[in-house]
Amino acid sequence: MKLSDALSLSFRTVVSYRLRALLILLAMALGVAAVVTLTALGEGARRFVVNQFASLGTNLIIVLPGRAETSGGFPGAIVGETPRDLTLGDAASLQNLSGVLRYAPLNVGVTEISTGGRLREVTILGSTAGLIAIRHMKLAQGNFTAGNGPNPAEIVLGAKLARELFPAGNVVGQRIRLADRRFRITGIFATQGESMGFNTDEIAMIPIDHAQALLNTESLFRILVEASSRNAIEPAKTAIREAIRLRHDGEDDVTVITQDAVLATFDRILRALTLAVSGIAAISLAVAGILVMNVMLVAVSQRTAEIGLLKALGATRKNIKRLFLLETLWLSLAGAATGIALGYAGSFILRLVYPQLPAYPPAWASLAAIATALLTGIVASLLPASRAAKLNPVLALSRR
Amino acid sequence: MIQLSAISRVFTMGDQEVRALNHIDLTITAGEYVSVMGPSGSGKSTLLNIVGLLDQPDSGTYLLENRDVTALSESEQARVRRERIGFIFQSFHLISRLTAAENIELPLILEGLSVAERQARVKAVLDQTGLADRANHRPAELSGGQRQRVAIARATILNPAVLLADEPTGNLDHKTGAEVVALLEKLHHAGTTVIVVTHDRELGGRAHRRIQMRDGEIVEDER
Repeated sequence: MKLSDALSLSFRTVVSYRLRALLILLAMALGVAAVVTLTALGEGARRFVVNQFASLGTNLIIVLPGRAETSGGFPGAIVGETPRDLTLGDAASLQNLSGVLRYAPLNVGVTEISTGGRLREVTILGSTAGLIAIRHMKLAQGNFTAGNGPNPAEIVLGAKLARELFPAGNVVGQRIRLADRRFRITGIFATQGESMGFNTDEIAMIPIDHAQALLNTESLFRILVEASSRNAIEPAKTAIREAIRLRHDGEDDVTVITQDAVLATFDRILRALTLAVSGIAAISLAVAGILVMNVMLVAVSQRTAEIGLLKALGATRKNIKRLFLLETLWLSLAGAATGIALGYAGSFILRLVYPQLPAYPPAWASLAAIATALLTGIVASLLPASRAAKLNPVLALSRR
Repeated sequence: MIQLSAISRVFTMGDQEVRALNHIDLTITAGEYVSVMGPSGSGKSTLLNIVGLLDQPDSGTYLLENRDVTALSESEQARVRRERIGFIFQSFHLISRLTAAENIELPLILEGLSVAERQARVKAVLDQTGLADRANHRPAELSGGQRQRVAIARATILNPAVLLADEPTGNLDHKTGAEVVALLEKLHHAGTTVIVVTHDRELGGRAHRRIQMRDGEIVEDER
C-alpha cells in the first residue's frame, strides 16, 4: 500500500466519524491552546519586567558612595556614614573614560515648591541634561540644558505637578519658588507614569549645582553612567572604579552596580516560570493523549469486522497498523492547528485585558506544542493500532 | 492446486477440546467447482478459513500452487491472500462509508497500484458485473444482490486463482441468489477455481464436485 493512499484512506475514515473526530480534536486543541496561552502569559510577564528595566536606561551603570561589604543592600543608599563623599569632581572625571557614553550626577531631595499662593512638597532631582538621555525621559515642552555648572536657575516640572500649580496652563517661562530660591520654568516632562516605583509626573528637575546649594550638600546621591554598548559595560565598570579609586587616595570606597546583572536574574527567574507553567499545561496534552487512546480502542473494537475484511483482502499487519496510526496523526494535526489558533486568540484576549502585558506566544512554544500533540497522538495510538493489527481475522469476520 | 494433507485444527473451549478438522486430506485441481456441505459445526467454515489462509492448522501441510503456504511469514501470507485468493461472505462485508467503486478498489490500493490503473480496472469490473450505474452509491443504497455483486467484484478484481464463498446466497432471496450463483459460475467458466460452503442443497448440488463433512471429517466426496 502506498503512503499517499494510506493517508487519504485514513483521512476519509477520520472525516466519516465526525463526532469522534470532533471530540479528539477538541481535547488536543485545548491542550495545545493551554500551552500556547500560558507561555504567552509567562513570556509577557518576562517582557514586561525587561521593559521596566529598559525604561530605567540601557547599559546603565550606577555609582554609589560607600562600599558594599556584603552582598545585598547598598550602604550608600541608606544615607549613613560613608567614608568619602562622591563629588561633582568625581563625576566629571568619568567623562573621558573609554566605554562611557555619557554620565549624569544626581542629587535627590524633598523641598517646598510655591507659586502664586500655592505651595506643596516636591521631590527634586538635581542633575544635568545627561540624565534625560540616560533615563529615556521625555519632555512634553521646552528643554533642559544644564551642565556641571554654573547654570542658570532653570526648572523642569512633572506633568501632574505643572497641572496642579498652574491650572490655567501656559507654564513654560513662568517663575516659581523652590524654598527661598526662584527658578524659571523651561520645560515640562511628558506623562510617563510610574516606572519602577518612581513617578516622573510628580517630580521637578533642576541643575545639579542649584540642587547642591538648595540641599546644602557637596556630596552626590549617585552618578548614573551609560556605557557605549552592552559589551562596554564591564570594562567601563572597572575603569570607573579605578578612576574614582585614584581620586580617593587609593581607597576603593564606591559601589558600582549595573542593572544588567539584576535584569539577567529576573530574566532567568521568569524564563523558568514560563517553562514551569507551560509544563503544567502540557499535562493537559497528556490527558488528551489518554483520551485519544481510549477513543481509538473503542474505534478498533467497533471496526473489528472491517479490520478482518482488510486482512482477508490481503492487508498486512503493518498496513493496518499504519492506517490506525495515520488516523490519529490526522486528528492530532487538526487538533494542534485548532489549538494554535485558539492559543493565539487567547493571547490576543490577554493583551486586550492587560494592555501593559506584551503576551505574545513565543514561536518555540507553538512548535513545542505541535510536536507534543503529534507525539502524544502517535504514542496514544500505538496500543490501539497494534491491537487492530493483531486481531484474529476469523473471529473479526464472524462478528456481525 | 490445493493439496491438504493430514490437516487438523483443534479449538479449546473451556476445558474441552473440539476437533474442528480431523486429519483432512483433500486435493483440488485448478478450475474445479467444489461445494462443501454439512451441518453446523461440521468444520466446513474452518476448512474454508484454512484454505484461505485466515486460520492456521495445528498440524498437517497445505500446498497452494505447489508452495507450502503454512510456513510463510505473516506478510507473505497476506500477499498470497491478496493476489491468489478471493473471499465472498454471507454478510457481504462491504465498508459502509465507502462507495461501491471504492470498496472494489480496496485490494488494488493494498496491492499498491497507481490511481490511473486502479480507475481503469474498477471501471472494467463495474461494466462486467452490470454495476456501472451504481458505482458511486454506498452499500446502504444498494440491494442485497447488488451488494453481493460488489463483493464478488472486489474479490475477483486481482484475478485470484481460488474464489472462496461462505454461504454466498445466505442473506439473499431466491431470485437474487440465483443471479449471484450465475455470476460465480461465469467466473468458474472463465477458469477460476470456486469453492462454495453452503447449507443450501440446491446451490451445493450445482457444483461439479460435492463434499460432505461431519464432525471435522470428509464423509462424502462425489463428482
